[in-house]
Amino acid sequence: MIVLAGILNVMELKQNILGIEFTNPTVLASGIWGVTASGWRCVAKNGAGAITTKSLWDKEHKGHPNPTIISNEYWSLNAVGIPDAGPEKAREEIASYMADHPVYPEQSRRTPLVANIVSNSKEGFGEIAKVIAELKPDAIEVNISCPNVEDELGKPFACSKPDAAGVTEAVKKHTGDIPVFVKLSPNVNNIGEIAKAVVGAGADGITAINTVGPGMAIDLKSRKPILSNRVGGLSGRAIKPVAVRCVADCYKATDGKVPIIGTGGIYTGEDALEIMMAGASLVGIGTAIWDRGEEVFKKVCEEMSEWCDANDVKDLSEIIGSIHK
Amino acid sequence: MSCGCKKNNVPKTYKIVSIKKETEQVQTFTFDVSLGARPGQFVMVWLPGVDEVPMSVSMDDGKNLSITFFQVGDMTTELAKCKVGDLVGLRGPLGTHYEWKKGQHLILVAGGYGAAPMYFVANEAVKDECTVDFIVGARSKDLLLYTDEIKKLENTNLHIATDDGSEGHKGYNTEILEKLINQRLSSTERQSASGEASKNTPLDSTPCEEPHSRKASVFACGPEMMLKRISDICAEEEVTCFLSLERYMKCGYGLCGNCCMDPLGIRVCKDGPVISNDICRQLTEFGAYHRDELGRKKKF
Repeated sequence: MIVLAGILNVMELKQNILGIEFTNPTVLASGIWGVTASGWRCVAKNGAGAITTKSLWDKEHKGHPNPTIISNEYWSLNAVGIPDAGPEKAREEIASYMADHPVYPEQSRRTPLVANIVSNSKEGFGEIAKVIAELKPDAIEVNISCPNVEDELGKPFACSKPDAAGVTEAVKKHTGDIPVFVKLSPNVNNIGEIAKAVVGAGADGITAINTVGPGMAIDLKSRKPILSNRVGGLSGRAIKPVAVRCVADCYKATDGKVPIIGTGGIYTGEDALEIMMAGASLVGIGTAIWDRGEEVFKKVCEEMSEWCDANDVKDLSEIIGSIHK
Repeated sequence: MSCGCKKNNVPKTYKIVSIKKETEQVQTFTFDVSLGARPGQFVMVWLPGVDEVPMSVSMDDGKNLSITFFQVGDMTTELAKCKVGDLVGLRGPLGTHYEWKKGQHLILVAGGYGAAPMYFVANEAVKDECTVDFIVGARSKDLLLYTDEIKKLENTNLHIATDDGSEGHKGYNTEILEKLINQRLSSTERQSASGEASKNTPLDSTPCEEPHSRKASVFACGPEMMLKRISDICAEEEVTCFLSLERYMKCGYGLCGNCCMDPLGIRVCKDGPVISNDICRQLTEFGAYHRDELGRKKKF
């Protein structure tokens, strides 16, 4: 029975999206465990259906001093500040990953890689898109929604339809047939309109959501904010309802025509199914790694399969966007 | 008061209750809190408005936790200015810790301020009837740490090495380690030949089915090139060995990925900092390079 369930799991959770074979819908979310090729491989070994890199800049970019990430069982706050060494490191790490060095023998095939890119200008986004596209990742995700660099960069591009569309166009000029996902911010009045704008500008998919807020945590005795940046993006269990609503808005606004990576507070198989019912085809997992360990990807897949078996679901297409049908 | 959270990785500030100046540049701060840390674990130490860095716990006796730190960068230079009563943030304990069997023989090798966490190991292990060879190394006599405290421990032999020969063996602490392991191996061979019972050998205290050379464990903390040498020695002599690795960290609990080591991608903060030599041998970056806060490789 257990063996049979194992075989069914693989069949049920497999999807082909934008020409990419995903063995299951879980995706390592950007910013988590994503600095090096060896980190990506380790997460892939732990069962993730795809890996997203930490945001890659068109030039070296320093982050914030520590403390940068704090968590309790309800939420995490982070303001890492998107540190990155720039294109030279990206080339080395992505080339190493794509070359598929057999570090872990149990991995029969390379897990798809989504390269997340960031910049402080439309031109910069074009530059880094060009560099990264040459490395042929399976997909590119465009981070226009980080809330932790506002002092430096101003309001995220994801807060304005023309800005969000402009960045998307700048990226798409250089990416050829590599699918482009644009990662949106929940901290806007109408995320659906932004989704529509980026899809209109050529985005092949949407990632929703980046972190919420920002928020602040204060140490009582010293009477000071804990994060060095004072504020940071909120993630973890607490944000799931916001993520589910945002995915539903994006799906509706784009008539379910583009795939959505639903991210935010996904810890269990039921969380994953819930955000898929809102319209996600793939499910980002990040903060939950702390709580449920690196096995979280496998656990979420098992829980999804169990639920699908128990509820007579034969294919994930029956689930995706079900609230809109 | 607590929030009732089962898991928490938010720092809280605690008062410094005592400060001990160990050497010109090394101090020990003791706080009005125990975090239940085990030897080898670390805490993230936050100086509000400055920075937060990982530091080994040099003692946690159930009442108070101590850190021993070397004044080396901006954060520790500011930290060194703190006085008794000042508030410092702590979160943890984090990471893996050293483990031993009751009555086991341990060879501890400490380089520089690695003596602090290794002293914590010895202090706890002798309570479990362990016997200890404690090898401390430093550039010179005035930089040696914790030697007075180590001398007071039961069942513990202190061995000292200094680069300039100002105290103990002139040379590296790893040379003493090699000597101890060789003595131990030759004593084992002698006993095997004569069929004697296996008690009272220099590096072992309890009989066991395993060859004696495998029974003692080597634990080490200090500069990475020292650890690399120890790793080589222990691999060659087939001695069980655990090493305290150090990498740049942000979160300290396995999320950010900054401390991942090539090619396995293990996280030093979560899968370490105490890592078995069997794993260390598979880490191609061990003894070769580390990464800075931007993830860029820096050669040792």
